Amino acid sequence: MYALETRGITKRFGSLVANDHITIGVRPGEVLALLGENGAGKTTLMNILYGLSRPDEGEVLVKGRPVQLRSPRQAIDLGIGMVHQHFMLVPAFSVAENVVLGMREKTGAVITKARLHESVREFSHRYHFDLDPSSRVGDLPVGLQQRVEILKSLYRGAQVLILDEPTAVLTPQETGELFKVIRHLQGEGKSVIFISHKLNEVMEISQRVTVLRLGKVQGTVNTAETDPPQLARMMIGRDLVHPARSRAETHGHPVLTIENLTVGQEGKRACANISLEVWGGEILGIAGVDGNGQKELVEAVFGVAAADSGRVILDGHELTGKGPAQAIDAGLALVPEDRQARGLVMDFSIAENLILETHRVAPFRRGMFIDDHRVGKYADAMIADFDIRASGGAGEPVSSLSGGNQQKVVLAREISRDPKALIAMKPTRGLDVGATEYVHRRLLGERARGKAILLVSTELEEVMSLSDRIAVMHRGALTGLVWPDVSQEDLGQLMTGAKTMFTATAPRGVGDS
Amino acid sequence: MPAMTESLLTMTAITQLLTSTMRTTAPVLLAAVGGLYSDRSGVLSIGLEGYMLGGAFGGFVGAYYSGNLWIGLLAAMIAGALLALLYAYFAVTLGVSQAVAGTGLVMLAAGGTGFLNRVLFRSSGDFVRITPFQPVAIPGLSQIPVVGQIFFNQNVLVYLAFLLVPVTWFLLYRTALGLEIRSVGEHAKAADTVGLNVTLTRYGCVLVSGALAGLGGAYLSLAHANTFIEMMTAERGYMAFAIIIFGKYNPLGALGASLLFGFADAVQLKLQIAGLPIPYEFLLMLPYVLTLVAMVAAGRTVSPASLGTPYKKQ
Repeated sequence: MYALETRGITKRFGSLVANDHITIGVRPGEVLALLGENGAGKTTLMNILYGLSRPDEGEVLVKGRPVQLRSPRQAIDLGIGMVHQHFMLVPAFSVAENVVLGMREKTGAVITKARLHESVREFSHRYHFDLDPSSRVGDLPVGLQQRVEILKSLYRGAQVLILDEPTAVLTPQETGELFKVIRHLQGEGKSVIFISHKLNEVMEISQRVTVLRLGKVQGTVNTAETDPPQLARMMIGRDLVHPARSRAETHGHPVLTIENLTVGQEGKRACANISLEVWGGEILGIAGVDGNGQKELVEAVFGVAAADSGRVILDGHELTGKGPAQAIDAGLALVPEDRQARGLVMDFSIAENLILETHRVAPFRRGMFIDDHRVGKYADAMIADFDIRASGGAGEPVSSLSGGNQQKVVLAREISRDPKALIAMKPTRGLDVGATEYVHRRLLGERARGKAILLVSTELEEVMSLSDRIAVMHRGALTGLVWPDVSQEDLGQLMTGAKTMFTATAPRGVGDS
Repeated sequence: MPAMTESLLTMTAITQLLTSTMRTTAPVLLAAVGGLYSDRSGVLSIGLEGYMLGGAFGGFVGAYYSGNLWIGLLAAMIAGALLALLYAYFAVTLGVSQAVAGTGLVMLAAGGTGFLNRVLFRSSGDFVRITPFQPVAIPGLSQIPVVGQIFFNQNVLVYLAFLLVPVTWFLLYRTALGLEIRSVGEHAKAADTVGLNVTLTRYGCVLVSGALAGLGGAYLSLAHANTFIEMMTAERGYMAFAIIIFGKYNPLGALGASLLFGFADAVQLKLQIAGLPIPYEFLLMLPYVLTLVAMVAAGRTVSPASLGTPYKKQ
C-alpha cells in the first residue's frame, strides 16, 4: 500500500493543462524521485498534495484512503510535510520558534523560552540534527536552514516528506549531508518524494523514479533498472546533446582584467581583493554557492555599483569608477542574473528591449527620434537569428514570452553589439533543457569568436562543462582558480572555503602551464 | 528670567510637569500600542490618526447621550474598530496600497467626524461639554510622596495605557498567539504554509489597533478637552505611527518614545502658561519636532519583513 498516492490528478489553468491525469505513489520507507523539467507540472502537483491548490479531477489517497486537501493544515494533519524550494522560514525567528510556529497544541498558549528550547533540542537530537534551537534562522547557512525546514515537518508528525528541488541551493558537501538525512529518515519508515531535474542525484538517492513531461507521467521506473540517458530521454523526449566544446588553445590576450577589487567596508566585505584575468577566447567560470559575493563582483565590474578599491580594465580601457554606460561603450556586455527585473523592461516590446542600449546612437536614432523602421527590421533579423518564438512578432511585449525566449532577447541584445567581453550571470536559471542548450551553444559560439566570457553560475555541471578555467568564490574571496577537470570533492571544499587551490592562473597554452 | 527658571525647577513644579507628562503621553501611547498589533501583523498602521478621531468623536457622542463615560469608551472602541474594519477590507482583502488606503481613511474620519459634529452639536455655536474622567487615587500607593502623585493619582485611561505596554509585550513575545502574529508580519506565506490564517490574523490585529487608538482618541474628548473639537487629535495618530518605528516595533520602545513625546508636550504646555515671548505655535511644534529629530538620530529600524505587503494565496 502506498503511504501517499494520486489517482488521475488533473489541473487546468485556462487552456493549459498543468497536470494531465497524474497517477503516482510513494511507499512507506521509500524515496520516490519526481523528475521533470521546469514546466513539466511538478510544482502544480506538489501544491495539490500540500493543500495549496485543488485539482479539477482525480483524487489523493493517504494510506489507501481518499482524502480532501483544502489547506496546508489538512495536509499537515494527514502527515504530509513539505520543504519548499524557497524556504518557508521566518529569518528573524529562532530555530525553535520556526519549528513550533502554529503548533499551539504542543507549545501551549504561553511559551517559556527555556522549555521551548529544551523540547526542540531533544527533538532535534532524535534525528541527529545538530541544531541550536536559539540561533536566529537568518544567520544560518542554507544547508542548516533546510534542516530546520525538515525538522519543522517532522515536528508536525510528517510521514511523507516532499522535498522540492532540495539540492538547488546546496554545496556538494551539503548535498551529501542531506542524503544522509534522507537515508536516516527512510530507516525510520518515512517516505520521501524527491523533486529534481538533476539526473545523477536522482540516480543516487531514489528507489523509483516517476518522470513528468508536459504535465503527463512518462513512466515510473526502478532506479536500479535505469540509467541517466534513459531518464533524460523520458524527461525531454529526445536524447540530451552535450554542446561540443572545441579544445582550442587560447590565442588571445587578457581582455577583461580585474585587479584587487574590493566591495564593502572592512568587516563586512562582499568582495575582497578579487583579481582575475579573462582572456579572449576563453570562458572563465565563477563557481560558488549563491550569495558569496558573485553578484557584488559582477555589479562592481559592470559599474552598476561602486567598488571600494581595485581596478577594472577592459582591453586597455580603464573602467574603474565608471558607470554602466561607459562599460557598454567600451565593449562590455552583461546578461544579468534576473532577466525579468534587470535584463528586460517587461512591458516593452521585443524590438524596444533589443535596442535598450543602442537607442541613443545611429542607426536607430535619427535626429531626436527613433527610427522605427530600422528598429523593426533589426528586430526581425534578431528574432530570426536567435530563434525567438513570439506569436506577435517584434512588437509583442516580452512579458508574454516564455523564460527561454526572454533570455534569447537578452542574449541577442548583448551579443549583437559585438562586445569584447561578456559577463553572463546565471544565464540558464529557470530555463528548460532546450533553452539551456541553446544558451550554452551561443556562449560557446562567442568563445569561438575570440570573446572573453565570464560565466557566473551556481550550477556546478554548467560551470564544469562550459568553462576553460574555474574560479571559486567563498565569502567574497577567491578560494581557487582551477581547471575544469577538478574533482567535485575539491570543488566542494573550495566552495566552502575549506581549502584554496590556484592551479589555473592563466589559460592553457599561455606561459608554461 | 532667573525667577522663572527657578519656579520651573522647584520640586512641586517638577512633580506637576511629570504628572502632566503621564497625561500627555497616554493618548499617544494608546494609539502606538494599538498600532503595534497592526504593524506586527504586516499591515501599516497609517490610519491611526483616523481611528483616534473616530474614537474621540464616537466616545463623546456615546458619553453625551448616555450620560455614562464607560459607554463613551465602549462607543469609542467600536468607532475606531469600525474604521479599522473598513481599512482592513481595503488593505487585507482587496490588497490595495496601504499608504493610499490609510491616508484616505484618515480623510474620511476627519471629514466624517467634522460633518457629524456640526449636525449634532454645533447648531447653537457653543461647545457642548461633558463631565470628564477624574483622577482615581490608588489607595496606599498614591500616598507615596512625589511618586504617588505622578503615577498613582491619574485617571483610568492613563492606567490603562501604561498597563497595556507589559500586557502587549507579554502577548507578542511570550505567547503562541504573539509568535503567530509576528510570523504573519514577517513572512505571511510561511505562516500560511504551517496552517495559520493570515487574513483572519491581520483583520484581528487591525481591529485591535482601531479599538485601542479609538480609546486614545476618547482620552482627548473624555479626559482632556471634555468636548469634541474638529481635528482635535492634532496628528497625534501620525506621531504614534512614527513612534512605533522609533520604538523599533517593540512595546517598550513605543513606551519610551511616547514618553519623550509626552514630556515635550508637557513642557511646551508649561512654557505656554509661563508666558514666554515665543509665539505659541512654535511651542506647539516642540513635541513633534523633538520626536522626529530623536527618531532620525536613532537611526534605522528593521521593520517586520512583510509590513505593507498584501498576501495573496495562489
